[in-house]
Formats: sequence, structure tokens, C-alpha cells
Amino acid sequence: MGHYVIRRLLQMIPVFFGTTLLIFLMVNVMGDPIAGLCGEKQCDPATVAQLRKEFGLDKPTWQQYVTYMGNLFTGDFGTAFNGQPVTELMSTAFPVTFRLTLVAIVFEIVIGIALGVVTGLRRGRPVDTGVLLLTLVVISIPTFVIGLLLQLLLGVKWGVIKPAVSPEAPVDELIVPGLVLASVSLAYVTRLTRTSIAENRRADYVRTAIAKGLPRRRVTTRHLLRNSLIPVVTFIGTDVGFLMGGAIVTERIFNIHGVGYQLYQGILRQNTQTVVGFVTVLVLIFLLANLVVDLLYAVLDPRIRYV
Amino acid sequence: MRRATHARWAVCAVAVALAATACGGGAGGGTSPGVVSASWGDPQNPLEPANTNEVQGGTVLDMIFRGLKRYDPATGKAQNMLAEKIESKDASEFAITVKPRWTFSNGEKVTARSFVDAWNYGAQLKNNQRNAPFFSQIEGYDQVHPESGRPTAETLSGLKVTGEHTFTVKLSQKFSSWPDTLGYAAFAPLPRAFFDNHKAWLAKPIGNGPYVVNSYTRGFQMSLRKWDAYPGEDKARNDGIDLRVYTDSNTAYTDLTAGNLDLVNDIPASQLKYVEADLGGRYINTPAGIIQTLAFPFYDPKWNKPGVEKVRTGLSMAINRDQITKTIFRHTRIPAGDWTSPVLGVAGGFKKGLCGEACTYDPVKAKKLITEGGGIPGGQLKISYNADTGSHREWVDAVCNSINNALGDEQACVGNPIGTFADFRNQISRHKMPGPFRAGWQMDYPLIQNFLQPLYYTNASSNDGKWSDKEFDRLVDQANAETDKAKAVRTFQEAEKVVRDQMAAIPLWYQNGSAGYSARITHVELNPFSVPVYNQIKVK
Repeated sequence: MGHYVIRRLLQMIPVFFGTTLLIFLMVNVMGDPIAGLCGEKQCDPATVAQLRKEFGLDKPTWQQYVTYMGNLFTGDFGTAFNGQPVTELMSTAFPVTFRLTLVAIVFEIVIGIALGVVTGLRRGRPVDTGVLLLTLVVISIPTFVIGLLLQLLLGVKWGVIKPAVSPEAPVDELIVPGLVLASVSLAYVTRLTRTSIAENRRADYVRTAIAKGLPRRRVTTRHLLRNSLIPVVTFIGTDVGFLMGGAIVTERIFNIHGVGYQLYQGILRQNTQTVVGFVTVLVLIFLLANLVVDLLYAVLDPRIRYV
Repeated sequence: MRRATHARWAVCAVAVALAATACGGGAGGGTSPGVVSASWGDPQNPLEPANTNEVQGGTVLDMIFRGLKRYDPATGKAQNMLAEKIESKDASEFAITVKPRWTFSNGEKVTARSFVDAWNYGAQLKNNQRNAPFFSQIEGYDQVHPESGRPTAETLSGLKVTGEHTFTVKLSQKFSSWPDTLGYAAFAPLPRAFFDNHKAWLAKPIGNGPYVVNSYTRGFQMSLRKWDAYPGEDKARNDGIDLRVYTDSNTAYTDLTAGNLDLVNDIPASQLKYVEADLGGRYINTPAGIIQTLAFPFYDPKWNKPGVEKVRTGLSMAINRDQITKTIFRHTRIPAGDWTSPVLGVAGGFKKGLCGEACTYDPVKAKKLITEGGGIPGGQLKISYNADTGSHREWVDAVCNSINNALGDEQACVGNPIGTFADFRNQISRHKMPGPFRAGWQMDYPLIQNFLQPLYYTNASSNDGKWSDKEFDRLVDQANAETDKAKAVRTFQEAEKVVRDQMAAIPLWYQNGSAGYSARITHVELNPFSVPVYNQIKVK
């Protein structure tokens, strides 16, 4: 197990360098960021030269990348154009998005798996068909439509929630945005669980368990569910990174100042430091989430052993 | 039970994570009575007077600073604020007396030093101030801010402190209306705290205006409270303003209609259809000092040949401004008839008829002029714009449509979208434009000079098309040296006629400021810079 983890961690190094280099090049290709800093006016050349020097933009791209990576290992993510260190932006943005993602994941796990189990056990019944139809509807409607609709109905018409989340973004205000963010994945989790459960129901070990006279509840949770969860866990694990990066639409609708907001601003203002910094952290989260998923397999299925 | 402990650990970890994240954040976001909540955007640059060149940062500076002059929120006229008098005999050397008894909110006195130090800081190249060119008229600017190389002086030689409350300014060129530019935020005074502990000041700016910064969480919210000891006449009539950062103006508008926000100073274009129904009389749509134009790449010989002015004029006549402002902008823009703005007033130099028939829709004559001028240079007109903000695509397509209809050619004009504003500006500054491009101008101060000189003077800072005309330059110099105000304005208008005859840029429309507010507040107005006059707002 230890060897496996070390090997996986070592594999992360080339992926890490590759992705950061790609992002770095992509942002640089977009052109000169300083040009947009003076509004509709032309920045005066002397100030431009000075700013370029300050942000290290006067050097060739490869040198910028090397310097950037060097700084990264000392914990210095550079400075955003408004003079704020990127680490400071991260310390405000990541907790908010982390909370939002957590709410979304909890929804996925609780509602998604519960619906999946119910429909999987009652395949072909009205409940199953109903939920299947519902998931189809959710998958086919774009997230921003669901978001704006819920915001309008719950926020403006019925006054149940506030249309915009406050700066502190407490968990209770994130419930509706979290549900919106989770909606599509939730539908997938339901469908995945349903198929998996329905298949394993006919497996030998389930029949054996029932034949042994185990209580129905124990058969479902201990034997059936546990084995059926492997594809679902894989999906949810990869979804963590996906949700954090993809929260941009939901965050915009509900005015949540998280990772999506900072990335959007960074791209609009072509702020290399912000974009590369945030994406680097997102890549790390993505890789770690995948590692955790792989390790969870062993917990779920004792037959899977890593050497 | 080994495996059960696994599961228990996982549950515990999640619980801890939830608890840890849930206790983040500080005081609640609710508004106290007497405090107005308003939408805001995150300032692009660090919040310093000489470093702020966009509306969001300017909004705050307008609340926490008062300079030598202040533009009347209703008329836009420059009036003395901290200045007791500004005197000059020759329009190049000015003696300024600062009113006594003004202080910063930390108790420090506002003296002549406060201004001179601030201006020296703003002009100094080493400080990277985006607004440094505003000090370029002062003598010695080339030494503290050379075009290349290191500065050879620390301070501007044209600034001299002559007493606790008096100082003199020497300009390198005659500029009679220079005192009227002093209402611009870059000329604000700064307290010693700014220089002594710059980082702390940036985290919580200290000024001398009617409001003090109570708390500032960057990217989220700035809470401003009324400064009770404010010595000026324009005291705040509310207890404070909470500026909340919105990432999307649509969300801000939704929040306003849901009753969670008091003031929105930018109505999204998509909501203009419903705004009357949603807000009734609580919707403001008033002229602001903004004009939108189409600029030409005069660095491209195709556009700079004699005779092409006929093509440019023809293009201007082919644009149906009335229809576009009505259908696309729903009257939040007014068809332009000159190169200035209605907020200047007639006395200030605004003259809607100045453009005359060159700005009047006449497709037949337009086609004739364009043919006479040799047709569209390069065969096809490509109008460049940035596609990331504003609703530029809509109007560029409409303008092209209008031109195509007039010429009877579907392919005569096409839009050329550019991804981001930064890239758009980048291509403009590298002189890479394939044809006319969107040019917007928001005035720095309400002077006709500000609408002409920076945009059309040879090699001026915002002369993006590199237009150059000796006659125009001569008239501008003459107008600046003129000590009689009315005469100066008339000379500027003469210069504007040169712009018209050459059609240096096609004026499209004057942009209005728009705002909406809740029933909780009254006395909401926008100043000529389209910023709400916060200190006048009353809470019911």
C-alpha cells in the first residue's frame, strides 16, 4: 500500500509541471495584459515598462515560467494586478468554494445514492420510471437555467432565500446554490447507483446472503450497496475537482466570491499570476481526489489490494 | 470491526471539515438602519488617488476625498472646495491658497504639503501610478517621469510650498483652464499616514471626505460610515454606505427587486425592457460625460489618403443612430451630434448641431460620398470591438447592417470581435487594427478640452488612431492659452470643426448613466460621471 501511494505521488510531479506549463503558455498567448490596465486610455510608456518589470513580464516566457515555479516552492504565488498577493485571494476564495462543493457533494451522496438504491431495488416500477424521467430533465436543462429559475422563484417571488449570498457565505445560504451546482452530477449519481444495484442484485453473493437468512436491511447495506458503490465513488471523486473548477456559473448567478469568480476575473484581466496559481491548486486537488478514490476502493472491496 | 473504524474515521473527518468551514467568516451582512447598501465592482488597481482610473475605484475616492475643486453634481461646473483661491496672471503660474481648518479623518491637518506631497508621489515613475500623466503639465515632469530611463529628480520642480496653506504651481505650457481639472481624483491631498505606512493605508484608506472607511474586505465589501466631524458643507445625509461587490450586474438587479439592496448603478441591458415596470419612478437615466465613437487607423496609409475623408463622412451618414439607440439601447444612449457631451452644457462647449448633416442619416448621400472617395479602403469594412463586456456585439452588428443597407452590399461591413478587453487594447496600442474600431471616452473632468485634446491632438495619450492635423493642434494650443473662458470654448469649437471636416472619428452616441433604487431611499442622483451622489441620499 505504501509503495503504491509513493508511486502515485511521484506520478503527480510530471502532471503538475505539464499542466502549469500549459496554462502558463495559454494565458501568455492571449497577449499583453498591461494594455488593459489603463481603461480606454493608453498607459504611458514609462509606466508600462515599470509595471512590466514589476510583474516580471519583460522577460521571455520560459524564464517567467522558471521564476514562477521557483517562487511557487517558497509559497509565493505572485501578486494580482490590484496589488493583492494571490495567496490572499486564495485564502478567501478556496474556503468559500470548498464549502459550496461540500454542500454539493453531500447532496450527491445523500439524495443521489438514496434515489439510486430505491430505484435500483424497484426496477421498472412507477417510482423508477418517475425518477428516471426526472433525472433526464435535470441533465438536459443547462445549470444556469435551473439556477436563475430557482433564484427568481425562491429569492424574488417567494422570498425564501436571498438571491445573493452574503460575503461570509455560511453553509445555510449555500444550500440552494449547492443544490444547483450538484444537480447534473446528482442525476448521474442516481443513474449510476441504480444500474449498479440492479445488476448486483442478481449476483451470487447477494443470493447467498439472502439464503443465509440475513435481515433484508443488512443484505442491502452491507452486501449489495457496498459492492455497488465502486463506480459511484469513482464518479464522485473525480467530480470534486470538476465541481470546484466548474462552480463558475453557479458562483456568478448567486454572487459567490469563490474560485470561479477569481478565475473569471483573472482571465478577463489576463492576470497570469492569478489564473496559473488557482489552476495549479485545482490541479493538485484533482490529483489528490483521484488518489483518495483509488485508496477507497480497498476499503469498499477487500479483494482489491495494492502492492 | 476493523473496517467499521475506517468508516467512522471518514465520518469524523467530514464532520470536522464541515465544522471548520462553517465557522469561517465574521460579522453578519445585514444592513443597519440609516445605512444604504449599493452595488459595486472590484477596483482593478490598488485604491490610491493617482492610481485609480475606472468608475469602481473612483466611486470610493469620491466619498472619502475632497480636493481643491469639486464638480457640481448637478451642473458639472468646477467649484472651489478646499481651495480658497487659485490665482494666475499668465495662465502658466498659479498661486493656490488652501482653506484652513480642514483635516483628514485621523485628525491630521490638510495643508499645502498634503497636496504637494501627494502630487509628487503621483507623478514619480517609481510609484507606478496609472494616472501619472495628469501631472504632466507641471514643470519638471520629464525629470520625475522620463519616457525612458531612470528619473533624475524626486520631486516636481514646478511645485513650491510657500506657506502652511499656500503653494505655487508652474506649468510647462499655458493652460488657462488648468484649475478646473483639479476636481479630478488624482489631485486629492494625502495624509502622512499614506507615506508612513502605505500597506496599512491601502487596507483601510484615510481621506478627508464626508465618509470614513469602516471596514474593507477586498473583493467582497467596503463599509463606509458618515464622518461626523467632516468640516465641509456637503455632509452625508445618511449614516453610511455599504458597497457590495457583485460579479454580475444581473444578480445585483435581482437583489434590488428582492429588496436586499438599495442602489444599483448599472442596469444590465437585458433588464432595460422591464425596468420601468419593476421600479416605476425609481429608475434614473441621465446624461453622463461619455461619448462612443468609431476611430480610424490613420497609421494605415489606406485610411490616410487625401479624399478618404469623404468615405469617412459617408460612413457616418450611413449609420442610423436614431433607430439603433431606440431599439438596442432603449434610450439609454442619445444620438451624437458633436464630439463632446451634453453634460458640458452650451456654455461649456456642447453644441449638438456642430456635426450637422455629416451625422444625419442619409443613405443616398452616404453611398454617393463613399463612391466619390474611392469606396471603402480594402473593399470591406471591419469594425473591431472587445466581446467580453458591454453589449458591443449588438450595436456593431446594427451599425454594419445600417451601412450594408445604405450601400446595397451585404458584405460591405462586418464586425471583428476580439476576446478580451486587454487584448483589444493591446492590438490598438500596437497599431494592428484592420479597420475602424470602437472607441469610448469617459471624461476625466467636464471641460471641452478633455473631449478633444487627449483624443485628437498629435501624439496625444488617447489618440489611438494616430490622427494628426496641424490646424487642429494650432487651434487647441491657442484655446489653452486663452484666458477668457468663453473665447477659449469658441476656439475649441473651431478645432472641433476641423475634426468634423476630416471626420477624424465618427461620433455615435452620448452614453447615459443609469441607476435603480429601492423604496427605502430618496434623493438619488447621478453626477456627470455617472456615479451616484451618495452623500445626498436620504434613508426613509
